Amino acid sequence: MSTLTTRFKHLTALGLVALSLGAFSAQAQTVNLLNVSYDPTRELYREYNEWFAQQWRDEHGQSVNIRQSHGGSGSQARSVIDGLDADVVTLALAYDVDALRQRADLIPADWQERLPGNSSPYTSTIVLLVRAGNPKNIQDWDDLVRDDVQVITPNPKTSGGARWNYLAAWGYALEEYGSEEAAFEFVEKVFANVPVLDPAARGATNTFVQRGIGDVFISWENEAFLAVEQLGRGQFEIVVPSVSILAEPPVTVVDANVDRKGTRAVAEAYLEGLYTDDAQRLAGKHFYRPSNPDIAAEFSDQFPDVNFFGIDDVFGGWDKAQNDHFNDGGHFDTILENIARNR
Amino acid sequence: MTTLAPSSFLRSSRSRNVIPGFGITMGFSLLYITFLFLIPVGGLLLFTMTQSWDQFWRAISHPQVVASYRLSFGASLIGATINLVFGLLVSWVLVRYQFPFKRLVDALIDLPFALPTAVAGIALVTLYASTGWVGQYFHVYGIRIAYTQIGVVIALTYIGLPFVVRTVQPVLEDLESELEEASAALGASRLTTIRRVILPALMPALLTGYALAFARALGEYGSVVFISGNLPYLTEITPLLIVAKAEQYDYQGAAAIGTVMLLAAFVMLLVINGLQWWSTRRFSH
Repeated sequence: MSTLTTRFKHLTALGLVALSLGAFSAQAQTVNLLNVSYDPTRELYREYNEWFAQQWRDEHGQSVNIRQSHGGSGSQARSVIDGLDADVVTLALAYDVDALRQRADLIPADWQERLPGNSSPYTSTIVLLVRAGNPKNIQDWDDLVRDDVQVITPNPKTSGGARWNYLAAWGYALEEYGSEEAAFEFVEKVFANVPVLDPAARGATNTFVQRGIGDVFISWENEAFLAVEQLGRGQFEIVVPSVSILAEPPVTVVDANVDRKGTRAVAEAYLEGLYTDDAQRLAGKHFYRPSNPDIAAEFSDQFPDVNFFGIDDVFGGWDKAQNDHFNDGGHFDTILENIARNR
Repeated sequence: MTTLAPSSFLRSSRSRNVIPGFGITMGFSLLYITFLFLIPVGGLLLFTMTQSWDQFWRAISHPQVVASYRLSFGASLIGATINLVFGLLVSWVLVRYQFPFKRLVDALIDLPFALPTAVAGIALVTLYASTGWVGQYFHVYGIRIAYTQIGVVIALTYIGLPFVVRTVQPVLEDLESELEEASAALGASRLTTIRRVILPALMPALLTGYALAFARALGEYGSVVFISGNLPYLTEITPLLIVAKAEQYDYQGAAAIGTVMLLAAFVMLLVINGLQWWSTRRFSH
């Protein structure tokens, strides 16, 4: 080996040592926070983290370094259960957060009562995204069961967002046609129109937006806005259905982790900060519906009125919904069997 | 080749070797294999056994799961078979002919090893979707590639190619073309030379490559989920069902299906290895 490369290697090693030392001394005055979240909140939390770090430095003279982790809501919850050191989780549905309690006892039973609005600082709903000009004239849920319409949704078995889609359609049919049997039949017809069943929400967005497959995409409202504003300007339109589900993505401190790491104070402040006016406006800016009605009013142009129903009223809570519909042997499995038989 | 292993094992433990250190290298190998392979797989099997036979059977025999075995094993076998033929062709071209940018092409073969499978999946679906560069021409004739079982086969073929090429290539390089010339000089036709001289020599390497490509395809997840469409009973591969089970915290169901995959793959690899052993004995003189 030539002396030049040897010297280069020494220099690199020295540099690495210096870097890690630097990182270490910086850590001494910095508090680290890990927020484990789901896919579509990436942009929201990037901005909120900056805002919160600034606030915390101003008030406590301490710098806080917030790391983010994003992925499918269910697999993110599993990572935390398996030992990922999350200080706070901000997931897509209460079922995934509650798994932290049921499977690993990381949070207390009353976790959802600790913050206002079922611990959901922002809400969202399920809307229909169609191609520009709405060529198939899709106005409401009923148009999704037409023979000439192809529907894109991720798989409710693997995607938290898709469970909202499924329950939104079910809840609509239940209200419109009045019986569980009719709702079952309706949802079966919707899924019979699905040509591609992606495992996760972002994948489904790509199938609809990039691949050009399907006439209507059942989507989180915030993802739909993202598609309209950023992915394909002028290529898509949002259709707000007459009735939809109120999606409440909840947040919580992971008690077992913050107590061990001594980060409870900053973690709690981090979540409470989400309810401040500034943060509520950030949520609105990133297409989540602010939970504070005054701030929500500022965004009334952006978010049309929807007749909401909640998961507790119609489905008796997440545990029951999961058990009745999505677990093995539930309604969704039967729907898939029926579709396969009729294909 | 394989038959030599036991005797050389004994020799190295008894007699002095040029390079000493049998004890430490063997110990380290065992430790290495234990942590990387035996413990995880053993854990899977043990965890599977915590459920009742009834539970296990219900998890692995559901029609949706059975449909996925058919697709996973079928598409993996087809993909590996395609690679057997075209991998041999590619390695022949790379070894026996000179052409510009040969080194570059040679390096490209390894790309499926390095490229994240998700990237490969997205690239393949961009090409083969009915709006894609390649897919649109098939679409004209009503043939859909992406989001069908054909798409699954294409993804599994893509990831398996390097295994056949990289196992056959070195053997082909060692194969002297004088043998072919001798065969021709003795009056054999070209076909006979291929059949009686070249293929027998390559057979063990071909089978190894085939087994590797098949095994790799069976476990593939990342690229397939993008191109398959993931329709239950139709284009859903078994690894996706395992993920779906884990996603609903049904770890036992996931482990049960995982165990079936593991055992089935093990049996098929044993068969292929048996074939390889047989062909080595039959064709080597």
